[in-house]
Amino acid sequence: MDQEERFYEKMREKGVSRRDFMRYSAYLTAAMGLSSSFAPKVAEVFAAPKQRPPVIWLHFAECTGCTESAIKTSYPWIDELIFEVLSIEYHETIMAAAGHQAEKNLFDAVEKYEGKFICIAEGAIAVEHNGVYGKTAGKTHLEIAKSVIPNALATICLGTCAAYGGIQAAKPNPGGFKSVSEALGIKTLNIPGCPPDPVNLVGTIINYIFFGRLPDLDDIGRPLFAYGETVHDKCPRRSHYEDGEFVEEFGSEEAKLGYCLYKLGCKGPDTYSNCPLRGFNDTTNWCIGAGTPCKGCVEPNFWDTMTPFYKES
Amino acid sequence: MHDILRIDPVTRIEGHLGIEVKVKNGKVVDAWSSGTLFRGIETILIGRDPADAPVFTQRSCGVCTYSHLICSLRAVENAIGVTIPPNARILRNLLHGAQLVADHIVHFYHLHALDWVDVISAISANVKKTAELADSVSNWERGGVKFYTQVQQRLKTFVDSGQLGIFNNAYWGHPAYKLPPEANLMAAAHYIEALRVQTRAAKMLSIFGGKAPHPDAPVVGGLTCIRDLTPDRIAEFKYMWQYTQEFIENVYMPDLLAVAGFYKDWGAIGGTTNFLTWGDFPQTDKEPESFFMPRGVIMDRDLKNIKTSDPSKVLEHIKHSWYKKGKPKHPAVEETLPEAGEYDRDKKYSWIKAPRYDGKPCEVGPLARVLVAYAKGHKEIKEAVDNTLKTLDVPVEALFSTLGRTAARAIETVVIGRQMDGWINELLTNIKNGDDKIYQSWTMPEGTVRGAGLNDVARGALGHWIEIEKGKIKNYQYVVPSTWNLGPRCDKGKLGPVEQSLIGTPVQDVEKPIEVLRTVHSFDPCLSCAVHVVDYDTNKSCKARIC
Repeated sequence: MDQEERFYEKMREKGVSRRDFMRYSAYLTAAMGLSSSFAPKVAEVFAAPKQRPPVIWLHFAECTGCTESAIKTSYPWIDELIFEVLSIEYHETIMAAAGHQAEKNLFDAVEKYEGKFICIAEGAIAVEHNGVYGKTAGKTHLEIAKSVIPNALATICLGTCAAYGGIQAAKPNPGGFKSVSEALGIKTLNIPGCPPDPVNLVGTIINYIFFGRLPDLDDIGRPLFAYGETVHDKCPRRSHYEDGEFVEEFGSEEAKLGYCLYKLGCKGPDTYSNCPLRGFNDTTNWCIGAGTPCKGCVEPNFWDTMTPFYKES
Repeated sequence: MHDILRIDPVTRIEGHLGIEVKVKNGKVVDAWSSGTLFRGIETILIGRDPADAPVFTQRSCGVCTYSHLICSLRAVENAIGVTIPPNARILRNLLHGAQLVADHIVHFYHLHALDWVDVISAISANVKKTAELADSVSNWERGGVKFYTQVQQRLKTFVDSGQLGIFNNAYWGHPAYKLPPEANLMAAAHYIEALRVQTRAAKMLSIFGGKAPHPDAPVVGGLTCIRDLTPDRIAEFKYMWQYTQEFIENVYMPDLLAVAGFYKDWGAIGGTTNFLTWGDFPQTDKEPESFFMPRGVIMDRDLKNIKTSDPSKVLEHIKHSWYKKGKPKHPAVEETLPEAGEYDRDKKYSWIKAPRYDGKPCEVGPLARVLVAYAKGHKEIKEAVDNTLKTLDVPVEALFSTLGRTAARAIETVVIGRQMDGWINELLTNIKNGDDKIYQSWTMPEGTVRGAGLNDVARGALGHWIEIEKGKIKNYQYVVPSTWNLGPRCDKGKLGPVEQSLIGTPVQDVEKPIEVLRTVHSFDPCLSCAVHVVDYDTNKSCKARIC
């Protein structure tokens, strides 16, 4: 409890109210699928980690949307993750060092924290054609992945590209891209989404800091707390589906009434994600909330299996 | 005696970029820009439903997340002949504005600032003097001795932990850093503030777009967010806009001016020659006439002789890019095959092609937009530019520089941000008058149709070209801002804009070429979409030949 008070004091100094603080802890524990009694312990973890867990964040073939999404976390804020929670040793988009100094940071961190760092991978890996379609610092992404990932305590694939190959692996996959798991022949923890909701990454990290282990996963590597149920099952428009009330054209009266989007191609029934519960951007909105069908972006190969996006499958 | 320096990876950008410079007697005498990732999204698009193209191309970039979406929508809508309702145009402008201002804030504070601001030096700042400095340049509500004491303590605790994380092994203490510790602390505090501001600014995209990054509500024909056109949602948008705009006016712009005051010599370094915009933010259905940011081209820095840019004058060159030989062609009729090769700066050294306008390399982006608007006598831009030049006490020529590029970005953030308020009110008025139409239904033509979408997005001029046959995508091609800026030499050996801008840059320490990074970052490189290819003739997927 002392820890919690100290942490709360710290938060208050930063202009966070008691109410915000309790919401913050409750939000995280809920995101992790934990009961509310765990909230104070989450606060404890954030208050005083002995050593900030080292993170090496690798960018392969991607659009940086996953990083953009991750930095929009608000419980905790990204500056808290950077300064107080994690030690982000390598992250090309935000790190200050460049060129060979940046490379040195990567090599040093892998050596210093061998078997102890979390690797967060963003993007798919060019595998065919000797990996020539994706390079950083003269090395193929495949070479970089092979030299870093086997040394990690755990690897989190953030986003559908790292988890399952993503858009560049869609047919005909001209660059020969594969998921991290396929490229290296290893098992990874996957937080898919295009982009993934930052709450699911944070929930996973908290789980690790808190329990000392990663959360329980489904058969394709996704944390069950976030990807255990379908969008359809938790959709606020579900009753319209049951009642046979569908939107058949955007902009119609039915669209105004918030009817079910199934006939406009909604892939909610085949998509396992907590989007309806968590929403995006700190619960501001989400796809179906904005009247557009779910595209199944957390599912493997959704660019091929869920398209055309706006047609009933 | 000269050294060739290679900076790879160039960090604090989107995507994968390597820069090489030849340094002689402390100055850059030659430069090479190399994009090192190829994804092939256009190839993947072939044969798919045109309505899906915006969803696919949006994934070209998660940083300029809205940019490709809007451009692709315009290309498809142009091809199938649908005109979106006025409210859809206003909403798209609002989303585009939100994207642009949030993007520029992130660029200035998180991608660019560390080239000018020594975060470690902030630890030795006098907090009282820092608070005074901040009060003298800004009206931002968060400041004062207590605030800066807390920020400094936070930085100290972070540094004392021995885990420097993202700040490890950078160029701290480099003599090219000119700010006093107090200015460094002020800027470092705002670096942290801006991390939170961008999170809130992104909510604007989410309110009417569904999520950010990668908003989903804009679709071919308009938008789907009809249920979000309620007073409370519009108020929420307006609140987030106001919060963001206050930060832009009271923190971003004052910081830009304060920092620039210490680096005025950069008003003569890093310039280019030609500038191109397609223009954007249509205020009626008349285009390009009604664009708030106008269309135009400036050659040889001649602000008195501005012309309207003509998309048919664009050709892409590939002599120095990893593609099979071919003559320069217009993007809409391009035939290209990737041919992976070794890095050879005399021959081929990049996945990026070299687009040329009328045979000339052109810089695109905020500086090009601000120059074109300024030259056309754009009231708001002219006033903001003149104020900035006056405050910094520099001549108009100083705009053609790294400093000018970074200042132009802040200037347009202020001006476009302010304009958004008018768009919000326009939307409200329409809804009050009973017009809530945001979607126009359409049918897919049966024959072959072609369309183009031209935009000016955060990083510059963006063009998408589509050909649809029997309801499927036959061809798709785009020429993006970073292709213009970061492309290699063309067939005639003319350097790309970034390459050209680096010539003459001073480099004090070849081990720590911070000066090179300043200019490269000032372009806000965004690489994941800069590399693109499609085979227009055979309509088949590209096969790579590995050397």
